Amino acid sequence: MDSGKIAAVQMRNITKSFGSVMANDRVWLDIYKGEILALLGENGSGKTTLMNMLSGIYYPDAGQIFVDGREVVIRSPKDAFDLGIGMIHQHFKLVDVLTAAENIILGLHGEGKLDMKAVAARVREISGRYGFEVDPNQKVYDMSVSQKQTVEIVKVLYRGADILILDEPTAVLTPQETDKLFAVLRNMRDDGKAIVIITHKLNEVEAISDRVAILRHGHFVGDMPTAQTNAGEMTNMMVGRPVVLNIERPEPKNAEPRLEVSHLTVHDEEGVKKLDDVSFTAYSGEILGVAGISGSGQKELLEAIAGLHRAEGGSITYIEPGTGAREELVGKDPRDISDMGVALSFVPEDRLGMGLVGDMDLSENMMLRSFRRGRGFFTDRKAPHQLAERVVKELAVNTPSIETPVRRLSGGNVQKVLVGREISSAPTVLLTAYAVRGLDINSSYTIYDLINKQKERGVAVVYVGEDLDVLLELSDRILVLCGGKVSGLIPGRGATKRRVGLMMTRLGGGEGDE
Amino acid sequence: MFDFIAFIPRAVTQGVPLMLGSTGETLTQKSGNLNLGLPGVMYVGAICGVIGSFIYETGTPAESINGFLAVMIPLLSCLAGSLLMGLLYCFLTVTLRANQNVTGLAMTTFGVGFGNFFGGSLIKLTDSEVPSIALSATSSYFKATLPFADKLGWFGEIFLSYGMLAYIAIVIAIISSYFLKRTRPGLNLRAVGEDPATADAAGINVTRYKYKATCIGCMIAGLGGLYYVMDYSSGIWSNDAFGDRGWLAIALVIFTMWRPAVGIVASILFGGLYILYLFIPTGTNLAVKELYKMLPYLVTIAVLIIVSLKKSRENQPPAHLGLSYFREER
Repeated sequence: MDSGKIAAVQMRNITKSFGSVMANDRVWLDIYKGEILALLGENGSGKTTLMNMLSGIYYPDAGQIFVDGREVVIRSPKDAFDLGIGMIHQHFKLVDVLTAAENIILGLHGEGKLDMKAVAARVREISGRYGFEVDPNQKVYDMSVSQKQTVEIVKVLYRGADILILDEPTAVLTPQETDKLFAVLRNMRDDGKAIVIITHKLNEVEAISDRVAILRHGHFVGDMPTAQTNAGEMTNMMVGRPVVLNIERPEPKNAEPRLEVSHLTVHDEEGVKKLDDVSFTAYSGEILGVAGISGSGQKELLEAIAGLHRAEGGSITYIEPGTGAREELVGKDPRDISDMGVALSFVPEDRLGMGLVGDMDLSENMMLRSFRRGRGFFTDRKAPHQLAERVVKELAVNTPSIETPVRRLSGGNVQKVLVGREISSAPTVLLTAYAVRGLDINSSYTIYDLINKQKERGVAVVYVGEDLDVLLELSDRILVLCGGKVSGLIPGRGATKRRVGLMMTRLGGGEGDE
Repeated sequence: MFDFIAFIPRAVTQGVPLMLGSTGETLTQKSGNLNLGLPGVMYVGAICGVIGSFIYETGTPAESINGFLAVMIPLLSCLAGSLLMGLLYCFLTVTLRANQNVTGLAMTTFGVGFGNFFGGSLIKLTDSEVPSIALSATSSYFKATLPFADKLGWFGEIFLSYGMLAYIAIVIAIISSYFLKRTRPGLNLRAVGEDPATADAAGINVTRYKYKATCIGCMIAGLGGLYYVMDYSSGIWSNDAFGDRGWLAIALVIFTMWRPAVGIVASILFGGLYILYLFIPTGTNLAVKELYKMLPYLVTIAVLIIVSLKKSRENQPPAHLGLSYFREER
């Protein structure tokens, strides 16, 4: 290895299996001080598992871990803290009803009596040093995603961590927030800390990391300085074969209005306005991208269209293909709406929350969509079984069998099942949210292909996405939401990330920015 | 005219078992354990105290009974009995991850049966005419008040007329409140009940916190049972006399929004509501009396409705209440 670099962590022959699945197989990994390492790999390649063993969540079946050259045993998160290892998980580990400062000192030893003023002062000191913005007395449930992430990072630093692991930290951030995070990470690197960032976004690897290490199917494939590689090479190493990294965007054909949303206003259960006077038209054979900071009303928009959320005002008109008959959707039963050909595939943060039943197997989950079509008392199990087999084959779902409960599948595979089922219902309008949330690059492209195929079939696709790069490449038009209002509706071709990012954070932002 | 000077002391003595029960249950619930076995725990606490006291009182000649031992023996047996109940509950729900509701209900059934079995056996041993045991000597030590208390008129009556366990109950409630709000272990405990995965990742030993909070909670609740027999009923045990006080204590936890300090006032209020029917002239119509007995429950329902309408995040039960925690679950 390079001279002059001091290894903070050395992992040797680390092996971990869950049941019959080998999550990590004799992995070697070195982490250096004053360096940002990007850990790259597809879903299920064992990146998070590997890092969880470093942070004490899991315990390796075999192998050795050295910290500062000394062999260590990490049995619990506490052991990891004591070694100066801190991990920022993909799902934040924060207690909602506590304040930032309370979350930060959680589990720490010290005087029994709490001196919150001293804690707050120390939090401010750390924030000042690296350029964070955090209010120690703010309750976590009042925070935005990016603020929560900041609290997580400060929490780890407060514990004196010298080795920071971030698991997909940018998945939920706007481009501006990502830039801010990266600036902070660079400050920490320059301060001599060792940083590992788990990701599958290649552009971020290139932007932030000094070195990249790649895992594939639980094996360590290789590592190299980021400057000496490129996206193509990294993808090939991740996937194990050459992959084309282009999202196609065919011109829409015979676009005609399919769904007209006008002046739609929606409140949530607590009476807070989630959508405010939203109007747009979705055309057949077109992908309408919806961009916005998470929680800007994307979920409510799709649910209102699908009839799952009550609309306080405005109208949603469905225009039937062929006949051109107009049908009002507001006030209609979700079942009637889906029978008309409006399909919703929503992948929530916890993936299983909506659309699939965790304890049921694949074909039973397929039946959730089709059971009403059956006649008679007994259910028809054959057709759903065939459908499940088809989805598994076409989308390369990695499952032991069709009879496996969905809960047991990894996140990416669960998603393929959900998206595959919705697409198979041959919709005329496909509403999809976060279809590739947490999916690796290969599966993501499979899904983009599927969506493009639907577009070519003349389906009006409404695509809510998190990854702006993809949104910009995939969508024919982009609807930008900001705080429940339409911030702008711009053509996808020629739109820039910066402009969309500004529109997401400020109504009408980025105007004339081109 | 409503007789407050007579009413308040009775409300307090009614309220003390509820106060101890709800303080214990609040600590337990803060760790995420919904212990519906509380009525059973309090019942076991009471009968263990009775057994200890019975052995000492019947085995010692009346003139050589030592006041210190007469208090300590029942007290320690009560604490030991309720601790065992707490350990049993934790072993089932935390270690074996059994369903908390089922375990709790089973423990209530078990605790009441256990109490009635030993209560019945002791009653047989005494060959008494009435189906009860009287431990008047022990009770006199538990009920002892400051010597000058009854010389202070209404002040003494309202504030100083209670046995030591009543004051201990208030002190425990205040300490618990301070513990939860202002100390590091208190913060950690709240985190365990809210989000054990987060607490675990922060290096908190979730299992240990759950065990400790639940066992200490059970011991505090057990004292409520002891107070009931030794002070409130003047040392007289009869089967099933404890009634539904355990359930009322659980209702009180919700009523106070998991705040032990509020529990001091609330339990006295509940105690008052519980006996209000005795102070309101209802004539001979028993049905009206029964309606008055509903008051504590109606108030709890009303509070639940008001709180759920307010939807304040601070007033919600611990988020992970009633669920078991398993680290490697995905």
